[in-house]
Amino acid sequence: MEFFRNPNIDFLGYKWYFIAFSLIFSVAGVCSMLFWHGIPLGIEFRGGTLVEIKFTHAPNDNAIRAAMDRAGLHQAQIVPYGQAANNERLVDLSLQETSEQALDEGKARIIAALESNPAADKADFNNASSLAVANYLLDKDPLHAGTDANQRYTAQAQAIVGYRDKVGGGVLSSFDQLKGAADPAVVAALPDGFYLSDFGVKSASIVGPQVGQQLRGQALRAVGFSLLGMLVYLAFRFEWIYGVAAVITVFHDTLITVGAFSLTNKDISLTVVAAILTLVGYSNNDTIVVFDRIRENLKLMRREKLSDIVNRSINQTLSRTVLTAGLTFLTVLALFLFGGEVLHDFSFALVIGILIGTYSSIAIAAPILVAYQDWRVERNKRPVIGPGAGGAGKRPGNKASGPGSSPVPDKGAKTSVSR
Amino acid sequence: MKNLGWKLAVSVGILLVFLYGILGIPQSWSGQGLLASIQNRIHLGLDLKGGTHLILQVQVNDAVNVDSDNVVTRLKDTLSKRNIHYLDVTKPDPANNPDKIVITGVGPDSAADLRSIVSDTLQEYDLSSSVNDSWTLTMKPQSLAALKERAVQQAMETISNRIDKLGVIEPTVQEHGLGQYQILVELPGVDDPERVKEIIKSTALLEIRQALNGGQPYPDEQTAMSANGGVLPPNAELLHGISMTSSQNQDVVYLISRTSAVAGNDLREARVQQSSSTNMPEVEFFLTAEGGRRFSAFTSAHVGDYLAVVLDGQVREVAVIKSEIGDTGDIEGKFTEQQAADLALTLNSGALPAGIKYLQELTVGPSLGADSIRAGVQAAIIGMLAVLIFMLVYYHGAGINADLALILNLIILLGFMGFSGATLTLPGIAGVILTVGMGVDSNVLIFERIREELRNGKTPPSAVEQGFGYAWITIVDTHVTTIVSAAILLMFGTGPVKGFATTLIVGLFANLFTAVFVSRMIFDWLLGRHQRGQALSIG
Repeated sequence: MEFFRNPNIDFLGYKWYFIAFSLIFSVAGVCSMLFWHGIPLGIEFRGGTLVEIKFTHAPNDNAIRAAMDRAGLHQAQIVPYGQAANNERLVDLSLQETSEQALDEGKARIIAALESNPAADKADFNNASSLAVANYLLDKDPLHAGTDANQRYTAQAQAIVGYRDKVGGGVLSSFDQLKGAADPAVVAALPDGFYLSDFGVKSASIVGPQVGQQLRGQALRAVGFSLLGMLVYLAFRFEWIYGVAAVITVFHDTLITVGAFSLTNKDISLTVVAAILTLVGYSNNDTIVVFDRIRENLKLMRREKLSDIVNRSINQTLSRTVLTAGLTFLTVLALFLFGGEVLHDFSFALVIGILIGTYSSIAIAAPILVAYQDWRVERNKRPVIGPGAGGAGKRPGNKASGPGSSPVPDKGAKTSVSR
Repeated sequence: MKNLGWKLAVSVGILLVFLYGILGIPQSWSGQGLLASIQNRIHLGLDLKGGTHLILQVQVNDAVNVDSDNVVTRLKDTLSKRNIHYLDVTKPDPANNPDKIVITGVGPDSAADLRSIVSDTLQEYDLSSSVNDSWTLTMKPQSLAALKERAVQQAMETISNRIDKLGVIEPTVQEHGLGQYQILVELPGVDDPERVKEIIKSTALLEIRQALNGGQPYPDEQTAMSANGGVLPPNAELLHGISMTSSQNQDVVYLISRTSAVAGNDLREARVQQSSSTNMPEVEFFLTAEGGRRFSAFTSAHVGDYLAVVLDGQVREVAVIKSEIGDTGDIEGKFTEQQAADLALTLNSGALPAGIKYLQELTVGPSLGADSIRAGVQAAIIGMLAVLIFMLVYYHGAGINADLALILNLIILLGFMGFSGATLTLPGIAGVILTVGMGVDSNVLIFERIREELRNGKTPPSAVEQGFGYAWITIVDTHVTTIVSAAILLMFGTGPVKGFATTLIVGLFANLFTAVFVSRMIFDWLLGRHQRGQALSIG
């Protein structure tokens, strides 16, 4: 099976389309970053409080907001999270509301604010720890346990809380659901000490201003230095212009991906940063494959114009580019479609990144080389790229590049055979 | 093909070693047993399995203040003993310059004496003179840094101690590389983070001091001040506490001596017991031999006076000294069973050398963790299967090479995580995805090149030879560039970024081995079996 046999597409001929395409998306992204959504940073970077809450029924956002207001937590943003049927909300409090007290009390403050009708002297089961349940059971002793009471009730409490979290998704609407998960006598004893609120906290992030700032600075520094490392290595292996082209390409990809996050107003969290680093690696990999072929062809086709060599190199690697991109895309698409809510933003970044990364190695990186060469020629300077420029990388020696081993495919010659 | 034997041996050896890395020696070979051993070897990060991630700031100035307070007392003592006249020894700015001590009123004729005292007994400090017989002591920068670092190390030790006693499985307590004097604490699967936070944070500094004003409290600070004529007696301070007499938890203010008879490091053991009078839980403590001696001396000299048990600056108990007390005492204070147990635990683990402030708390509930693992694993398996099947369809026989290489790559990667104890986090999975992508890419590069050479009329052996030869250069370039940038991420990044970089670097090295060495070996083996010139199954 083969998708492309001897493709011969004049990629450089489409360069104005490429430039237009890249400009539209970059400018749209930058405009959104400047004038619309800004760069929506995740809670880890901007600081603040973010709590994910699952309700037993479709929640009323206004009631939540009012409850938070009463607790002194103003300007809470209530955002639906995941599929509507999950009844989940994100409660987002700005950094101003994240005082030192909030860092100490953590999610307890938000839980207390949301308790709509707490029963006197009873604890909220949906937000109780297994330790609290075990302590209650020890006190109540529904099994009339003897010396091993501590152990038995701890196990029962863990089974109960485990059922609530793993099977119930974090919240129960009736104690009857626990039948079968624990001893009936234990389940029957629960309503005396616990009531069921209509929500449970699935995750909570409380980040002080200092940490967010440190993390921002550190992530930027790390990425900056790693790009520099990449540039230096490519300059050493190829020519410096290859390194520059690769870095510009990676910058282009990152800009468009971050722009997509800004346009869709999705938060750039730490995991999204990891996804962006992945796309940088991927795009860079793609670019080097094309560059490598250009370098090889420069030695073989000494008389041809650089633009022809670049075109041929892209065509020769096209089959591999499409295959690799397609397969990686397949993996990432699976993650995007089946990976669940937590992986959603992460895989969104990868889906966009792989499309853009593949496109850019063809449409941005290689044309930069040609444009640079043209610019040098216009100014009557010695061409830097090409056989006369020297400094090309190492070849596999005498094994290849003999007179009969021209990598230019002979049209019509079909030698690939299947068993 | 004489080399094939040892190449095969190397490959199988590596396969077995890293399989051991993933599985260990499984207890049973059933699906359940294997799953259990994988979970035992591969540690999942908090983002995947749930838990609490805390960043805390050690307020190192506290520790510096303790040290310089000590110096102030010692210096006053020495100056008096040597009959050197001085006006005062003070700390002008304990909040911002905790190591700065100012000595006033030491005239020029005593300067030499002061200098020799400092150089003999206070080697960690620098002495400088300023106008009007005033002198300034500041800590030497390297001593100051060492003191702060020691405070952080001690705090980490104490916190680990406390967490261990709580029975948290696989906790992490380490320095957080990002900010200064910060500690990162990770508590997997803790279902009551608020309580753990409370326990970590409690300084647990226990002191026994003399209670002045006959042990009687004031209702508030204002009353206390006016009762003392607006000026507190020297060497005394006002501390809050709960009234010992009223049944309500009424906040009152006590007048307490600044110096303590015994303090935290004199404590040997604390344990929970039932109070004989109220039948409420209370914490009984025992002093060390040295502490006991001092306590006996103090109590025998102060019979009829009152003493206060002060915990973290809060008065917990005030009692009259009826007779000399040996080495034991108790802390009452309307505890629940749990609170008493937690207090005993923190006291036993020792006091923190400095206060602690929380900077960040990330809690992933167990339900969320379970959801993401299920969905993530499912998605990863679907994605991998799609890739493996496609390679077979597209490259026929050679697809088997690629699939074997990819599977071996994943085994090496996971095995490494098993061996090194590194945790697999979401960003780590990003690294795995990039590894798989580049692994597929290496194979595609090689196969496309072999096809190209075959189209140019090469015989299969030379096509394989040249395909690998050409593709090798490209593979080295792509891999080394990515490894270089990942290594820099590893150096400058922390936490999640590091997790990404680690899996990526390991994955890429594994990939260089599998895609080039193993895949080549299989090709060589196939070619060896075939007649020369027979077709190669490469789609």
